Amino acid sequence: MTAGLILAELGGQSLLAFHKLGLIHFLAGSDWDPVQDKFGALPFIYGTLVTSGIALLVAVPVSVGLALFLSEMGPKALRRPVAFGIEVLAAIPSVIFGLWGLFVLVPWLRDAVEPALQAVLGFLPFFDGPPIGLGYLAAGLILAIMILPTVASVTIEVLKTVPLPLKEGALALGATRWEAIRMTVLPYARPGIVGAALLGLGRALGETMAVTMVIGNAPEIHASLFAPGYSLPAVIANEFAEATGNVHVSALAALGLVLFGLTVLLNALAHLLIRAVSQGAPRGAP
Amino acid sequence: MKSLRWRKFVDRFWTVASGAGVVLALVPLLSLLWLVLSQGTANLSLSFFTHLPAPVGESGGGVGNGIVGTFLLVAIASAIALPVGIGAGVFLAEKGDGRVGDAIRFVTEVLSGVPSIVIGIVAYGLVVERMKRFSALAGGLALALLMVPTLARSTEEFIRLVPGALREASLALGVPKWKTSLRVVLRTAAGGIVTAVLLAVARAAGETAPLLFTSLNNQYWNLEPDQPTASLTVQIFNYAISPYEDWHHKAWTAALVLLLLVGLLNLLARVLSRNRMEAAR
Repeated sequence: MTAGLILAELGGQSLLAFHKLGLIHFLAGSDWDPVQDKFGALPFIYGTLVTSGIALLVAVPVSVGLALFLSEMGPKALRRPVAFGIEVLAAIPSVIFGLWGLFVLVPWLRDAVEPALQAVLGFLPFFDGPPIGLGYLAAGLILAIMILPTVASVTIEVLKTVPLPLKEGALALGATRWEAIRMTVLPYARPGIVGAALLGLGRALGETMAVTMVIGNAPEIHASLFAPGYSLPAVIANEFAEATGNVHVSALAALGLVLFGLTVLLNALAHLLIRAVSQGAPRGAP
Repeated sequence: MKSLRWRKFVDRFWTVASGAGVVLALVPLLSLLWLVLSQGTANLSLSFFTHLPAPVGESGGGVGNGIVGTFLLVAIASAIALPVGIGAGVFLAEKGDGRVGDAIRFVTEVLSGVPSIVIGIVAYGLVVERMKRFSALAGGLALALLMVPTLARSTEEFIRLVPGALREASLALGVPKWKTSLRVVLRTAAGGIVTAVLLAVARAAGETAPLLFTSLNNQYWNLEPDQPTASLTVQIFNYAISPYEDWHHKAWTAALVLLLLVGLLNLLARVLSRNRMEAAR
């Protein structure tokens, strides 16, 4: 019940920064130099959005595939072990993901994946520059692994709510299993899957440790996914304890407020969508 | 209409594609577990649990203070979060049908989605700034804020599972309402609540981000709540991002210890909830 009061505290802390720096200046500025009291949030907002975007692009197809396999297509014997594996994945602390990312994922990206991508798609600006491993791509991929359990388990729940007669009807009319899924299950579950993706996005935006360890921590904006960047939670984690000067501290708190606003908005939207599905009557269900 | 052969091929294709999703999801998990096990056990010894961290270049040393610190932080967090979280859950289940209940439910829902690092800033503002120093208390408060929403929600759910007849029987015997809630309903739901508590504690023990600037770190043993405190997770982080090969090994070993701790708590929760389900049958 004291929860509400605590949120006010965060607002109070960061309002100070908005006041001193100017709201627009703060949000749109791309210079971050605490020594000279320059605080622009754009590199962090950019990094957060890019890495979360990569995470969604990777995690959603994999999760939907996994959920379909578990609930519709795969052999029943596999369901329990896979579901257990997903639960284990969800329980692993994020700092351990970061450790794994730093010593396994990053070298692999640097030595194998990024040179290969560059050889094939090097003409695109996204795959430009030296492949150093640390950067947006590594952060996005580790986020994808971390939000996978969230997206997959919610998707499985959503798929369970699809009325059986709908699918049986399609099958009775001679549809193959995949056709039945494509024409009845997926349209019915679509808003819920979008909701699951948004929940995953909310987690990805706020994830701190793993990202901090693999994103490279450079407050710059690059088009290339190989380049090191920074994210909102990462900069707070790295600088907050050592921040000197009130403006620095409250600028970091203001970044926290931006992050808070983003996640609250997303979570509210996600819950509304999931609720819409589980209460039935979605649009577009045949 | 496409030929039957084609349609069967497409069906087969998507079955395989969805199976690929399973493989893609499980490969990182297996790789991670394997590495933590193999790298972690390489340096595992009894002194790792009992000794203070060794300076760079010196062999030996452990994360004993980190283990103690994690327990201290979790204990502080539980002392704050259990009464508040369970209390809020009881309130929501018993009196939470009105507008107040909806508001609280909404707030807990929002709170549970707040990134842990933001919670850390709140704890910093509430405790560190006022006390003018980093402390275990601040870290514990941050963890408590993370635990409360999940605790409140699961407590409410478990209490709502208690059969109405049980409550009515107690009320019919003339037991006052508050006593019924406390002695009959809460006791019946206790098993489920214990499971929820274990899961929340496991989550809190694995949390790093809000501790970085609340409980900070400490090279020495500490049991004072008003002093900076080491924790397993922060130590893993510091070891991992250090440039020293030796410290990287320690990061893996500490990760193994943390994983065992978290895994044990999860396993316990699982066993408890299974026992309860079997008893209910």
